[in-house]
Amino acid sequence: MFILIVGCGRVGSSVARAMLREGHTVSALDEDPESHARLEVGLEKSWEDLGGQFTVGAGLEAEALEAAGIDQADVFIASTDGDNTNIIIAQIAQRRYDVPTVIARVLDPLRAEWYARQGLQTVCPTRVAIDMLETAVRDSAGRGNG
Amino acid sequence: MYIIVVGAGKVGWNLARELLEKDHEVTLIENDRRRYMTVEQELEHNVSYGDASELWVLERAGIQRADMVIAVTGDDEDNMLICQVAREKYLVDQIIARVNNPRNRQHFDLLGIKPSVSATDLILRLLEHEVPEYGLVHLLDLQEEQLEIIEMLLGKDSGVTGRRVGDLHMPEGSLLISVLRAGKGFVPTADTVLEEGDEVLAVLDPGKEDELKVLFGPDGDGGVTGG
Repeated sequence: MFILIVGCGRVGSSVARAMLREGHTVSALDEDPESHARLEVGLEKSWEDLGGQFTVGAGLEAEALEAAGIDQADVFIASTDGDNTNIIIAQIAQRRYDVPTVIARVLDPLRAEWYARQGLQTVCPTRVAIDMLETAVRDSAGRGNG
Repeated sequence: MYIIVVGAGKVGWNLARELLEKDHEVTLIENDRRRYMTVEQELEHNVSYGDASELWVLERAGIQRADMVIAVTGDDEDNMLICQVAREKYLVDQIIARVNNPRNRQHFDLLGIKPSVSATDLILRLLEHEVPEYGLVHLLDLQEEQLEIIEMLLGKDSGVTGRRVGDLHMPEGSLLISVLRAGKGFVPTADTVLEEGDEVLAVLDPGKEDELKVLFGPDGDGGVTGG
């Protein structure tokens, strides 16, 4: 599969490495040229030597998306540090480039839920943290520590 | 009308003030604390502090009963998201979005966010109008109607000066609608002969601009066969 990841922070770069290791074609796009270094954390060779692609540019720029190979993408992951940016570029990938699988990271649970109901696949780390914390507290109460 | 304006920069602040003077009910939302404090000194309870891309901030501002939402922040993604949520989640009748980078306009269109306003585009149009070297001026986009109106100034090197309008082979989907000559406008007939200095208005299907530009430019011959 061809996987395009926009936003190469901790999350984006980790997913990129994992997918490359699993044998997929991975292209990463980020505004910050320095984020290339984050892709190579823990790698024995350079990102490119291992077959990865890296493009500098913004996810809202059509030229950058196209240079990063959005036309061939089977999966599009929007994982920049901006919720609104992720939601907007994910919709561009869906509607303009017809990418079959589009996933957006959205930190705000309210926006994540509403857009999920509109047919956008969202991943909400905040929701996951809330659920885990609630479960941890309930478990603790159940063991008689409450 | 109840109008929510998002972004208290120069545009949002002045807009909110004007709308209040016209007796509209206005809430201006600003997410920068310092800017909010400044604007609040003048507009008082009409300003609200918060990030308007958070749904609860919009709800606290009463978006459910808003007649219009105007997003004029300096961030195009924020403006798109706020308008999309306003229209599709809260069913606000009228939205207006500011486009900061004209290259993002295609995304506003893709997401059906209109009308969208770009100051850069407006100034470019004005520039084209004030600087005649540009030759061809885009006057109006009737997006819904799929038509454009453009203005062309015929320079001395234009290929169509001295030609009868009836002899021009106008591209299909375009029509000359008026000629401005020596400060007066008239509707051309087939017998009108175009002169240097004429300003010609044409209505056309979108995308015909370039064809027309060539036809009326220095290398064009108005499509007249046989010279």
